[in-house]
Amino acid sequence: MLEIWLGIKSAFWLIVTLDADLIEIACRSLVVTLSAVAIAAAIALPLGAWLAIGRYRFRRLVIAVLNALMGLPPVVVGLVVYLMLSRSGPFGVMGLLFTPWAMIIAQVIILTPLIASIAHQSIRDLWAEYHDLLISLNTSRSQRIKTLLWDSRRALLTAALAGFGRGIGEVGAIMIVGGNIDHATRVMTTAIALETSKGDFALAIGLGFVLIAMAFAVNITIHMLSGTEVRDRW
Amino acid sequence: MVSILPLSLNDVTVERDGKRLLGPVSLDIRADALTIVLGPNGAGKSTLLRLMHGLVKPTSGRVRFAAPRGEAYAHQAFVFQTPIMLRRTVLGNLCYPLTAHGISHAEAEKKALTWLKTLGLDGHETQRASQLSGGERQKLALARALIRKPELLFLDEPCANLDGAATQDIERLIGEARAGGTRILMATHDLGQARRLADDVLFLHHGEVLEHAPAKAFFEAPQTDEVKAFLNGDLVI
Ligand SMILES: Nc1ncnc2c1ncn2[C@@H]1O[C@H](COP(=O)(O)OP(=O)(O)O)[C@@H](O)[C@H]1O
Ligand SMILES: [Mg+2]
Repeated sequence: MLEIWLGIKSAFWLIVTLDADLIEIACRSLVVTLSAVAIAAAIALPLGAWLAIGRYRFRRLVIAVLNALMGLPPVVVGLVVYLMLSRSGPFGVMGLLFTPWAMIIAQVIILTPLIASIAHQSIRDLWAEYHDLLISLNTSRSQRIKTLLWDSRRALLTAALAGFGRGIGEVGAIMIVGGNIDHATRVMTTAIALETSKGDFALAIGLGFVLIAMAFAVNITIHMLSGTEVRDRW
Repeated sequence: MVSILPLSLNDVTVERDGKRLLGPVSLDIRADALTIVLGPNGAGKSTLLRLMHGLVKPTSGRVRFAAPRGEAYAHQAFVFQTPIMLRRTVLGNLCYPLTAHGISHAEAEKKALTWLKTLGLDGHETQRASQLSGGERQKLALARALIRKPELLFLDEPCANLDGAATQDIERLIGEARAGGTRILMATHDLGQARRLADDVLFLHHGEVLEHAPAKAFFEAPQTDEVKAFLNGDLVI
């Protein structure tokens, strides 16, 4: 009991003194996950729109694949990315394994289906509402996609935040492809796992606090966004 | 500018699930008049207008404009019975057809603001379109349809859910568009409105055109029992 109490106390101290290690690790987490969310959103949002308004031969297949990918355990994604990037893998020569890039790639694969699926649903609903009007106004396909993305931007922001929440707390995949190397690929989740296994709780608890605070902030923002969505009832 | 009219329908039918909703219809829509598409609920008025506008595909037969497809659709507009509002401001809704077709924001806003004055909606420009009353929304939808000066305008029961004052506003705007040279096809089941606005009347019943005649002839010398009954105010089923 005393050990936990001491851990919390020094964790608190680490946070208020802006401990260098803690800051470095938290910032790396943010950079990796924000990059992954940005790339995933850039892929997922147009993909969601495309799936929502198109009638293509492969539409159902793509949706099925997306749903399957969403259910994929992150460690498996990590394993696959590891194999791809390892020295003997197809992309081995690029030397990305055990760099933040590898972690970003793994997270993009995890987050894209999630964001695309949420985006697809809200854009599909809006398309049902707008369909006749946008056809009647003789808009081009890209114009329709642009309009739908813009007019559902709050729902899309929610999707991106959900992706962030998922990414920032993810541990399995980035542990495998990043390797949890100090000052290189160590992020909050992998650091917590390591410090805990060492029995060194101060940094683990401190990072845990930061992680919880971020998750809270994201969830509150999502809640407020969807709250205003309901209240305003465009 | 080359006219997209006449619009000709050649033995057109529309079927859904093996059920015939419309036709066979053959008719020509020529320039410069206001045609009322009259008929009881479920007669096929909306289906006919949506067919002409390209929102419904014919099961058989041909719908043809005098101009090529792309050009024809660029010069027509449609106002739906329940107005579809973009989740934007009043001004945003009005600017949309312009900016979507490459007109600059500044120019679009200038034009839109003039329209808002005409509508009596100035002062509402930054309000959400969804917060307008039913009549205001329909006025906005009508202005949004007119803002690109279409040659052909379809109106699907634009006053069906409106009170007297709002109906009067809409009819005034329709009259102005008509005077400005816009060809109008308007569905209604309101006999009084048909009498007030029609140059000619097309009477639909169970998906078939029973009569198509100049307004005077239609109202004074109806040819079929169904139209006689309808003009009498009897129930036509
Ligand atoms: N998409 C559709 N599928 C099946 N039936 C339809 C569809 N649209 C309209 N109908 C039917 O077609 C008939 C004509 O409808 P409509 O054109 O809306 O009539 P009106 O506008 O004159 O009231 C109605 O019986 C309606 O139920
Ligand atoms: Mg109708």
